[in-house]
Amino acid sequence: MFGYANPRRFQLLAARIEPWVWVASVICLSIGLYLSLFVSPPDYQQGETVRIMFVHVPAAWIAMIAYGAMAAASATGLIWRHVVADLFARASAPVGAGFTFLALVTGSLWGRPMWGTYWVWDARLTSMLILFFLYLGYIALWQAIEDQTKAARAAAILCLVGSINLPIIKFSVDWWNTLHQPASVARLNGPSIHPAILTPLLVMGLAYMLLYFAMVLQRTRIAILEHRLAIHLRDDADRVSQ
Amino acid sequence: MTEFWDMGGYGAFIWPSYGISALVLLGLVLGGIVRMRQVQSALAEFEQESPQTTGQSA
Repeated sequence: MFGYANPRRFQLLAARIEPWVWVASVICLSIGLYLSLFVSPPDYQQGETVRIMFVHVPAAWIAMIAYGAMAAASATGLIWRHVVADLFARASAPVGAGFTFLALVTGSLWGRPMWGTYWVWDARLTSMLILFFLYLGYIALWQAIEDQTKAARAAAILCLVGSINLPIIKFSVDWWNTLHQPASVARLNGPSIHPAILTPLLVMGLAYMLLYFAMVLQRTRIAILEHRLAIHLRDDADRVSQ
Repeated sequence: MTEFWDMGGYGAFIWPSYGISALVLLGLVLGGIVRMRQVQSALAEFEQESPQTTGQSA
């Protein structure tokens, strides 16, 4: 991990891996979509709306995984002054925000026919909305502070404080009375979903995971180049002012 | 075929779910590609000027 604190070494490795991750995610997504739309039977309770689950649940998983990775990178950046970790965290935010937005919107589109409402202010939905705002706040903080080192530190602290929201999201369905159904895949005694529906869900989950990974690699590479550009611009400004 | 698009009467909720997912994910990918090109060309201006101080590009 610390070998890749050197942005150039990270760039070389990331540029080599990234195309393969895109290819794998497209293949996985094609299989996942085929299973989700054509092979999976309608659920006995939800009917055809179960198909929304195949794009909703993976989006919600990635929304949380992306935040967890961002928090781990933020801690690494804070403690070891690891520049690539800071830039990885920064690169994760728009991707995580996108997936969180999708979890919220697809959940809402499922809630309308199944619960009879697009939105309720219950614990799971509200904590996911907070996650979305945490991502937006994190992005805004990076943009608000000009000094990149200070911006990285402030954003990392915000991210770490906000990570308290992750267990709240996960256990919200157990701690509070909620309309949202409890966990049915990641359970101690195994998933409670029939394989006909679990298989497309897991394939879509893998596809989203790969997509997330490819996007984060791409955006970390961009963030490293932007970082270098910012240094050039600063040097240039210094030269002009002298 | 109409039966497929109808999705048991829930097509109006299912297709927008897939549509917005495709839109957001594609937007993230394309946004990344565009930004990568912008930054690369902006960086090229600096690094061609003084290659000896910035070293080889990654």
